[in-house]
Amino acid sequence: MSEKFVHPYIPNSAPEVQAEMLKSIGAKDIEEFFACIPEALRVKGLLDLPKPFLSEASLKRHVEGILSKNRTSGELRCFLGGGCWNHHVPAVCDEVNGRSEFLTAYAGEPYEDHGRFQALFEYESLMAELLDVDVVNVPTYDGSQAAATALRMAGRITKRDEVLVADTTSPDRLSAITGYLHPDMKVTLVGHDPKSGLMVGSDLAAKMTDRVAAVYFENPSYLGFIETEGKAISGAAHAKGALCVVYADPSSLGVLTPPSNYGADLTCGDIQPLGMHMHMGGARGGFIGAPDDEKFIEEYPSRLFGIAPTSHREWGFGDVAWERTSFAKRENAKEFVGTAAALWGITAAVYLSLMGPAGMKELGTACMARTAYAVKRLGAVKGVRVPAIGGAFFKEIPVNFDGTGKTVKEINKALLEKGILGGHDLSKAFPALGQSALYAFTEVVTQDDIDTLADALAAVTAR
Amino acid sequence: MGMDMKEKIRDFHQARWDEPVIFELSAPGERGILVPEGGPEVEAAGKEAMAALPAGMLRAAPPALPEMGQMKVVKHFLRLSQENLGADFNIDIGQGTCTMKYSPKVNDKLAASPKVADLHPLQDESTLQGALEILYKTEQLLKSISGLDRFCLHPGGGSQALSGIAAIIRAWVDDQGLQDTKDEIVTTIFSHPSNPAVAKLKGFKVITIYPDPVTGRPDFEAFKAAVSDRTAALMITNPEDIGLYNDRIKEFTDLVHAHGGICSYDQANANGILGITRAKEAGFDLCFFNIHKTFSSPHGCGGPGCGVIGVAEHLVPYLPIPLVSHCEKGGRYYLDTDPPKTVGKIKDFYGVLPAVVRAYAWIMNLGAEGLLEVARVSILNNNYVFRKVLKMKGAGAPPYAEGEHRMEQVRYSFQRLKDETGIGFAEVQNRIFDYAGHIWSSHEPFIVPEPFTIEPTESYSKDELDEYLAILGRIVEEAYADPEMLKHAPHRSVIHHVDHDYLDDPKRWAITWRMYKKRFDGYFEPKKG
Repeated sequence: MSEKFVHPYIPNSAPEVQAEMLKSIGAKDIEEFFACIPEALRVKGLLDLPKPFLSEASLKRHVEGILSKNRTSGELRCFLGGGCWNHHVPAVCDEVNGRSEFLTAYAGEPYEDHGRFQALFEYESLMAELLDVDVVNVPTYDGSQAAATALRMAGRITKRDEVLVADTTSPDRLSAITGYLHPDMKVTLVGHDPKSGLMVGSDLAAKMTDRVAAVYFENPSYLGFIETEGKAISGAAHAKGALCVVYADPSSLGVLTPPSNYGADLTCGDIQPLGMHMHMGGARGGFIGAPDDEKFIEEYPSRLFGIAPTSHREWGFGDVAWERTSFAKRENAKEFVGTAAALWGITAAVYLSLMGPAGMKELGTACMARTAYAVKRLGAVKGVRVPAIGGAFFKEIPVNFDGTGKTVKEINKALLEKGILGGHDLSKAFPALGQSALYAFTEVVTQDDIDTLADALAAVTAR
Repeated sequence: MGMDMKEKIRDFHQARWDEPVIFELSAPGERGILVPEGGPEVEAAGKEAMAALPAGMLRAAPPALPEMGQMKVVKHFLRLSQENLGADFNIDIGQGTCTMKYSPKVNDKLAASPKVADLHPLQDESTLQGALEILYKTEQLLKSISGLDRFCLHPGGGSQALSGIAAIIRAWVDDQGLQDTKDEIVTTIFSHPSNPAVAKLKGFKVITIYPDPVTGRPDFEAFKAAVSDRTAALMITNPEDIGLYNDRIKEFTDLVHAHGGICSYDQANANGILGITRAKEAGFDLCFFNIHKTFSSPHGCGGPGCGVIGVAEHLVPYLPIPLVSHCEKGGRYYLDTDPPKTVGKIKDFYGVLPAVVRAYAWIMNLGAEGLLEVARVSILNNNYVFRKVLKMKGAGAPPYAEGEHRMEQVRYSFQRLKDETGIGFAEVQNRIFDYAGHIWSSHEPFIVPEPFTIEPTESYSKDELDEYLAILGRIVEEAYADPEMLKHAPHRSVIHHVDHDYLDDPKRWAITWRMYKKRFDGYFEPKKG
């Protein structure tokens, strides 16, 4: 019996096996394999790492000990949104994406990985119905990547190099878009009406030159309001040969008109609301929807799974127009492609199949109802103005606290003491809104949650 | 009885459910899940808001999603899962470059815990201390492993990490006002295709170096001719997937530095060099690791992944924000938006937390000795397989570095098999599914003809390596004995030969069910008119 420690994840660290394998190879020892690495580049001794927790039990205890310092949205009352939301995740979603067959698979072919090809084709198909478009990609990293890529696609389709972006766009997304488009494309902001939040038509018209590839806005906007002039905006873009790109919240599309119906050529966004836990913003996937037009399809960098016949009349699947991709063409490809968010695509497919048309309508209605109720309850608190900007809302509202004489920071600190996660502070990113915070009300929020929030706000602002 | 443990060939047939496309399973009125009701006051407020919605904003027709009871949805997707051969089921060493190692179950459990799953990214930092501590401590581990000074854990995969690296290189060039003079990036043909792709995306001209035909390493003379004051950066993988460590790597990075450029190390797969050699000593200014490869997070059918970007001190100011920092005095962890010349956001929020939790747990379970053993055994396993494949009829490896051992993987060739039997890589690949196996070519272009790439990792026992070799050996025998049978493979997989012509023909391709219904009736019968 050897005294050498054999790790459960490394079966061939057993000395007897190693000796047998070395003999088969004709090598003296393992060190011989590293002879090609110059001495000066070799690590001397061992890496400087903490002492490990070798047993599963001690490791679990260690990691859980650290994680126990978190306070979750389940333990608190969460009203945060801003691009990641506390929606209900059906147990079936977790069941399917936890299956080893999907979780541990990677890059199998359309035969032995038929399941993931079909599931992701179904994801594309279900999303296409929700967005009312013909084409949807296998998910990219997140909504910001989808938005940035949609704008680069617009640049290639129109052969132009400037995009007009609503200045109410999420600041983080704007940063991601601007960075990703640099240095090939320029981003120009279009202003909004300070009361309604809507894009200012005259500013759009003034900036709409023949350099413009696309006009981009979010609906619902980052600030929560619904942009109602989609048709006029897309019309203005189309009149000058530009495209219209809209970032949409998929959880809204059971009740709100899909952007393609008011002229969006490309619809993009993030699937997190469709069955993904929040994971501190770490579970996301980006979608791009387009019409059935070769000119658009050929500009996708992402994988596109399609359906095809087999020799035995089965449903077969595979990659559509592979030659677009960087896997095939390196630097001559459309942007780049790699491992992104496939498992979340499968999860969203499960979610949409469970929800069906009725579920998506009820979800949208539930979010709108809670938000409308919150407008009433919070608006009744002295010194609180709801909304800080905008007319119609879906699941988020900007709430202004200027009349209370308190900052959002102070209010949120006091709310947290009462077990409430108050809205996201907008005062830095949107100083024109004064002391405002973005509050979100998903279907998991109850009337009691909203009443508790209103009472707590009344108490902390009166102090 | 089960498989003969001597012969090691399974009498396998993959699950085959003949499962319809989900839209075909719809039955009007069925429900999969209910949405919580709001109570009368909430519902009343909702009705008012809905009525006040501006004209044209209320969806006219509901989305044509299928209507299905919950059990039906469960069955459909679990059947599809059975028609998918995850790494937990096969000997997944045929997916070279991707490090298909074991993803420990305990780490999956930790990552799925509500203490990880139910966190909103914009929560007050005081409520996220555990998560921030994991992010911070993982960064410290990666610093030790690479020798670099700071890490950004945001990217959702290796290619996005490369995209972030290209953005940093761009910002570094722009910041010095060198846009017009430093406009080239040098890479090698065996470096992952995303290296040149992201370089082009950020406005650089790409120069690609090919291997020296004798040593197999990137041709140093060609490299010398390519590098000049125009060189902004080198983006290179080492070892490349042919399995040879470029022993002159420091000369490569020195030369680029001498011309005022910087060097990026693609360490997507660092499995063979953990604890052996590091980015810092080889002279790199940037590197990235794939958490879902080397550090064991599962691949999830192609993501969520996680690629982490490391930089040397002088590039820290350009990193994406926010980083996670630690206040020694108060012991508090916080989101740090300080880097003054940041490239901004490259991914929403702070990265793929569940993948980072798994990596943290994996490293903390193995420690420094364990990581070293990972590298040692992954190389032992690879050389074991290498010598056996070389003895296989019809198989070979490109004639680089004759007689030398290899690192953690090898790109092989079935050119001889093709010449002698007419059976090439594609047919072998289609046949291996019949034996519960998987094999992959490698990245294009195929400068090694009829390529296949095997990376055994540290996870598989000798018995399993032997089983995989037995499968390959059996298929090679079949190629000589009955090539016609191989041309129609697979025979025992989920489906049979797919007609790929449909997928490249704009008139016949269908990326969604609604496109299919627009083009076809029944089973691929073209719509009339």
